[in-house]
Amino acid sequence: MGSNPPVDDWATDYDIFDASYVKDPVPVWNELRDKCPIAHTERWGGSWLPTKYEDLQAFVRMVPALSSKNVLVVSQKREEMEFDPVLAEYGNSAPPITSDPPEHVPMRRMLLPLFSPKATEAHRSFTENLCHQLIDGFIDKGACDGALDYAVHIPAKTIAHVIGVDEDRSDEFVGWIRGLLEEGNTDLEKRNKYNRILRRFFGELVDARKLAPRDDLISHLLAQEINGQPVARKAVVGMCNLLLVAGIDTTWSSIGSALWHFAQHPEHRRRLANEPELFPSAIEEMLRVYAPVTMARLVTEEVQVGDVTFQPGDKVLMNFPAANHDPDAFEDADKVILDREKNRHIAFGIGPHRCAGSNLARMEMDVALRVWLERIPEFELSDPDAVTWAGGQVRGPRHLPFRF
Amino acid sequence: MRVKVNADKCEGHNRCCALAPEVFDVDDYGTATALNDGVVPPELEEKAKLAVQNCPEYAIEFVKD
Repeated sequence: MGSNPPVDDWATDYDIFDASYVKDPVPVWNELRDKCPIAHTERWGGSWLPTKYEDLQAFVRMVPALSSKNVLVVSQKREEMEFDPVLAEYGNSAPPITSDPPEHVPMRRMLLPLFSPKATEAHRSFTENLCHQLIDGFIDKGACDGALDYAVHIPAKTIAHVIGVDEDRSDEFVGWIRGLLEEGNTDLEKRNKYNRILRRFFGELVDARKLAPRDDLISHLLAQEINGQPVARKAVVGMCNLLLVAGIDTTWSSIGSALWHFAQHPEHRRRLANEPELFPSAIEEMLRVYAPVTMARLVTEEVQVGDVTFQPGDKVLMNFPAANHDPDAFEDADKVILDREKNRHIAFGIGPHRCAGSNLARMEMDVALRVWLERIPEFELSDPDAVTWAGGQVRGPRHLPFRF
Repeated sequence: MRVKVNADKCEGHNRCCALAPEVFDVDDYGTATALNDGVVPPELEEKAKLAVQNCPEYAIEFVKD
């Protein structure tokens, strides 16, 4: 990543893995919105980067002209995957995020009830206890890494708990998904390695549950039918894979970004402590301003948005984070307003592929921030220069040195 | 005040339910419905307004009686 040539012209040669963009993409989006507003690059296989809210609203509805078969920016070569024995055995899709119609809806409907507001509320006490335990572990030291000692464990252990896999292995799971998506986004060898590890892990688990069902999510998915047929084993492996992968670094990023914000804005954290009824809208505002996720779409038939005609084979990045900063859609778009009234943000995406785990993510954020602010109401960055960010397709802090 | 959810537009963000749980419910698939036939008591009007203004699918509207 570090060896990429620096970007001179973001409109024609952008790089979402550029260190300055990863650290703070907002100035780039603001420049592009005035200039293009849909940027293009040949880097990383070539892609388009929209920045307007209304354009994103249009793109997400162009299904199946914009396919979800390939949601990563950097594509793997098909032949590399076809001859991989692990992927041949356990599959390489991640339904429903990588699904198009007609398979998309039935796959999605299998997962949605497991992540409804009621279903996710049932996990609240688990997450609450977890947050308290984590804080117990470092509160007496007066310092911690908010990203690595706190934020990361909340989604990692909660999603393991939801799927029904060993929560004590969550550090290992985090290592896998960072290898797959964080480092693996631009390093295909690494992505393949961790993809195989994940597929084999869930493949073996799915096969074990097939033989001896339990009262858990995997057994529940295996018992489902689509059009009267049992759901395919590879589809269940793919779904479990998706739940773990999509359930960790996304919410880790959102919790971390919110803590990073509150560490530097005493007026905001104190207001929230004094007016806890603001939590629901404050969380939506954190999601809007620090939306972590940018997914890709693959163009399969010619479409036009604005002045740009997109050709089959083109990739378009669903730049939801930039849309959330569009001044035409949000008043004082770059300003954090905890009680913002008009906030139609699209941090969880929008349209048919809206994040299926959004209610779980929201519950985890709510609990993580409430417990933190209750136990550690006053805190600050001990070394702002030591803060690091991951970015590209999932953006969030990976080191947050705090003292309190 | 009355509110109405357009089920064809609702994609299940559940923001209405998160912001105004007294006014909206959602089913297992995330599709929202207005409780109490959409009738919003005066004390919940602010919350209902917040829900309308937070729906990314523009699926909720105020209706005249």
